[in-house]
Amino acid sequence: MRWMWIDRIVELVPRERMVAIKHVSMAEEHVHDHFPSTPTRKAMPMMPMSLIVEGMAQTAGVLVGHAEGFKEKVVLAKVSKAQVSREATPGSTLRYTATIDQFTPIGASTKGVVELIEPSADGGGEAEVIGHIDLLFSHLDNNMGGVQYPQENFVFSESFKTLMQTSGIEADF
Amino acid sequence: MERSEIFEKIQEILVDALAVDDDEVTPEAKLIGDLGAESIDILDISFKLEQEFGFKIAQGELFPEGVTQDPEFVQDGKVTEKGLATLKERVPHFNFEQLEQDPSVENVSKIFTVEALVTFCEQKLQTA
Repeated sequence: MRWMWIDRIVELVPRERMVAIKHVSMAEEHVHDHFPSTPTRKAMPMMPMSLIVEGMAQTAGVLVGHAEGFKEKVVLAKVSKAQVSREATPGSTLRYTATIDQFTPIGASTKGVVELIEPSADGGGEAEVIGHIDLLFSHLDNNMGGVQYPQENFVFSESFKTLMQTSGIEADF
Repeated sequence: MERSEIFEKIQEILVDALAVDDDEVTPEAKLIGDLGAESIDILDISFKLEQEFGFKIAQGELFPEGVTQDPEFVQDGKVTEKGLATLKERVPHFNFEQLEQDPSVENVSKIFTVEALVTFCEQKLQTA
């Protein structure tokens, strides 16, 4: 399994904002473990909050990485805020909108909105804002501790290239 | 802007960035020791200060970078005279009294107090 928690990038305004979606599926193993039935409770399959944070981190991380042509090793350094008020159950779609708040050679801060789109019979569900996730990213090679990392950009792997390609976004990295 | 007003704004920023209580953010509190700040929090705090006060903070301007890793500035676990002079030049908002008395390298982070942060912002606002 690839550690990819967004299915497609639907909008990218370089250095400004990125929108990505994630379909929650019953075929995903983690929803069965989160939460299984117990003798006193029915099963409650839903997208774990931690993976919603990861989905936003990937959305915002790609936006930050794209700003410098994926030359920087962009790593999530801090979850400044994470509030999600509703469960995302199988069949629903999560829409992540990340915007760059501040950007420097050392890192970047982003603000994020999580929306939930419930399916409807005619195929067009309405989006509801269910959360806010603000993050802080570090450009590893400019870290304040002066720690050296391998030259190869191990952050933006083949999976990210595939994501860009299947989303119709040119990415030469 | 009055120093007390700057302190109040900084207090709010630190409560938000470091998840500490208001009463923990005293002028004497050390960011790295008492308030649990890590290096990435310094970046977070820099971003928040820039937004709050409207000035720009250059890399290494708020907290010195690389000084304690440089063998010219630190020898046998102590900050050298040259190291101390470099620190004074790079981060003049810090109070160096304690470090001058005991230049052990672990004391460098201890000079980064809330008070120093207030002085930093005060100086930046004056020159803006």
